[in-house]
Amino acid sequence: MSNNDKGFVQINGQNVAIEGERNLLELIRKSGIEIPTFCYHSELSIYGACRLCLVDIEGRGLNASCSIKPEPGMKVKTATEEIREIRKISVELLLANHRVECPTCPQSSKCKLEELARKLGITEVRFKKAKLDHPVDLSSDSLVRDPNKCVLCGDCVRYCREIQSIGAIDFAHRGKHTVVTPAFNKDLAKVECVNCGQCAAVCPVGAITVKQDVDKVFAALDNPEKVVVAQIAPAVRVALGEQFGMTSGDIVTGKITAALKKMGFDKVFDTSFSADLTVMEEGTEFLERFTKGEKLPQFTSCCPAWVKFAEQYYPEILPRLSSCKSPQQMFGSLARETLPKMLNVKPENLFIVSIMPCTAKKFEAKRPEFTHENLADVDAVITTQELSRMIEASGLNFMELDPESLDLPMGFKTGAGVIFGTTGGVTEAVLRFAVEKVTGEKLNNVDFHQVRGEAGIREATLEVAGKQVRMAIAHGLKNARKLAEEVKAGKCNYDIIEVMACPGGCVGGAGQPVNFTPGTIKRRAKGLYEADKMLQLHKAQENPYIIETYEKVLDKPGSHKAHHMLHTKYQSRRRISDKGMPLMTGEGTDKLSIKVCVGTNCYLKGSQSILKALTKDIESRGLQDAVDIQATFCFEKCGQAPNVMIGDQLISKCTFDKAREALNAELKKKTS
Amino acid sequence: MTGQTDTMMRKFEKVCEIIERYNNDSSKLVPILQAVQEEYRYLPEDVMYYVATSLGIPSAQVYGVATFYSHFALTPKGKYLIKVCDGTACHVKKSIPILEALMKRLKLTEDKMTTPDMLFTVETVSCLGACGLAPVLVINEEVHGLMTPESTIALLDNIIAREEAK
Ligand code: SF4
Ligand code: SF4
Ligand code: FES
Ligand code: FES
Repeated sequence: MSNNDKGFVQINGQNVAIEGERNLLELIRKSGIEIPTFCYHSELSIYGACRLCLVDIEGRGLNASCSIKPEPGMKVKTATEEIREIRKISVELLLANHRVECPTCPQSSKCKLEELARKLGITEVRFKKAKLDHPVDLSSDSLVRDPNKCVLCGDCVRYCREIQSIGAIDFAHRGKHTVVTPAFNKDLAKVECVNCGQCAAVCPVGAITVKQDVDKVFAALDNPEKVVVAQIAPAVRVALGEQFGMTSGDIVTGKITAALKKMGFDKVFDTSFSADLTVMEEGTEFLERFTKGEKLPQFTSCCPAWVKFAEQYYPEILPRLSSCKSPQQMFGSLARETLPKMLNVKPENLFIVSIMPCTAKKFEAKRPEFTHENLADVDAVITTQELSRMIEASGLNFMELDPESLDLPMGFKTGAGVIFGTTGGVTEAVLRFAVEKVTGEKLNNVDFHQVRGEAGIREATLEVAGKQVRMAIAHGLKNARKLAEEVKAGKCNYDIIEVMACPGGCVGGAGQPVNFTPGTIKRRAKGLYEADKMLQLHKAQENPYIIETYEKVLDKPGSHKAHHMLHTKYQSRRRISDKGMPLMTGEGTDKLSIKVCVGTNCYLKGSQSILKALTKDIESRGLQDAVDIQATFCFEKCGQAPNVMIGDQLISKCTFDKAREALNAELKKKTS
Repeated sequence: MTGQTDTMMRKFEKVCEIIERYNNDSSKLVPILQAVQEEYRYLPEDVMYYVATSLGIPSAQVYGVATFYSHFALTPKGKYLIKVCDGTACHVKKSIPILEALMKRLKLTEDKMTTPDMLFTVETVSCLGACGLAPVLVINEEVHGLMTPESTIALLDNIIAREEAK
């Protein structure tokens, strides 16, 4: 096909070929002209609300370029006097409705509104300042929500709904009262949000930002009593460089170590070490299940956003999740166990910092099951971005730093633990362990290209010692939901399913430098595979310090001790509202309370008909005044739905007969 | 059983019926909420959760829709719902002074149109279809035509006296 066939659009007098661009905006950007946008995001549906992307199309006037298909022969102007003036007005209107506190805002210097105001040369706001008095939502461990800064672009709403299939936040109210908020204006920590942080990553302003924990770390570094150690997650090393002008994918582990040492960290270790440990435990667990043919497919459990997602929406598959803690938490447990002696420090003076690409890790570190006797396994979690801020605040010139090596033993890793940071990496690392274990032969080719790649859901089958191992890999929670639904419906035969909540895996985490340059995530992943190549060892089971750790501390993979330290339990958490609906309130004094769950799972299992039958029964026997009946939401026992609570007794897998029996027993107790 | 309990149960069953009638179809959210509001006269939070659960959509979406349309109420209304018509005919015949008189007597403000004792809620509506009787107001289902601020207050005082006597 010749160029002519494709057709051209004339942009500011120059011809630009149409090559399948979905909209005029993409075509204009391809030609090298930057068009400002707030509500356009290439992975999300088109919203067309901010009007910043206006262009002048000959014969058609002003149009939002994000919502127009390029047509051959179009003549477009992108920056006429009129367009400039309209953009100025739009930005001024936004500024009038925006809490302006740029120097102290966490978004400072990456804020699109700030940037646009500067580029458009706005020196004053000609509109009356709106009253901005929304409370700031600090409830989440991972994120801060300041609706007073929101420009209502809806990027976060669409991301949460379209990519993560959650919909924890949405537009509410109308006109000048419009806000983006969780249901019923609740705190973010009280709703379905899984802390993936992608809403903060797409927010062009500072209306949703990552919660900052830098001060805690500086305070510990300043405290002479504290011994401060760090663990660095795999994905951090291939992204931090971007903050200092390097290319995504450049490996900067050595420089990070040097920077941390200069800041006063006593030891710098590697989360890839504990990822190696995860491979040993998760691989052993998988082989056991695979041999017995039970609790399959085994889902990975290293992504805390996925874990919360599963706990909320798929309680019935929780037994299939690997019981392994994530590498971050495995590191924490092991550090708490071994470091006090090794570093000669009182347990309470050991301060453990993790440096993560992820916002959900902040939430994970605070889960109550990871704190023992008031000591958290991980004291503070900071993101890649926060680390870059610490480096700047410490006055270090990152580019000038000479690389230093990580500390032993927990700074030693194999390539298996490094590729954990990208989608497909966990599966590949586990395969490198499992195949060798099953065949009993040395695995020479460690690269499993069939599990690598970018597609949102990938499948692969591998023959190991005459048996088929069927694998699926999902990244982005909407994709994970698809697989979970299939598993729930018994429609698929996978043996192992890897899930990472963020598109691309941890390299695309919301704690990473914000970088929407196409190919960024791919380059970071490539960096990890290169790091794997550069290491001497590629299989977790060959890591001498892992071997030593088992000998000295953990006994063997899957041992009692290993289970105690490195495994965890999940709980279903479908609680969306604490309130129940009172349906029947008796007049008696000593009433029996009856609660029938009408949350999703119980509803699907027919709790509503139990409720009906039970009420009828009570009425027909004239017992109305002896009971209080409530419809409630979720007893967090969704796996055993439907659930009914009579008095203090929770009846799972309830039927009308069971409920009636319990009711009679309780009533008898009361009268006797 | 008290009359109130009876109503609560009946209403809940009604909600279940409504959702069934619309086949748990989330694209019918607006008519479902409308029907639910007819039952409760407002949209209670727990009922909206129930609607979200049974339609399989996020509760934030239900909340968004419920707060977007002005005819949905998220707070309970008083025992007496007074609707003052402000359609063109009523407006011309001076319905606003009636509204103002009501608000003053009941100490209401634009943000708070229900009395703290939950006895009265005042609303404006556009055209009740009784323009011949303009200006018109409706208390619960009862239509009162050809009103003045004075006759309105007299009507109100009557209700208050009746309630106090209870
Ligand atoms: S953190 Fe993730 S789950 Fe939570 S609101 Fe943002 S996008 Fe949705
Ligand atoms: S919070 Fe941010 S991303 Fe969400 S609508 Fe507001 S400005 Fe846009
Ligand atoms: S980017 Fe086109 S309208 Fe917002
Ligand atoms: S304008 Fe009032 S009833 Fe029609």
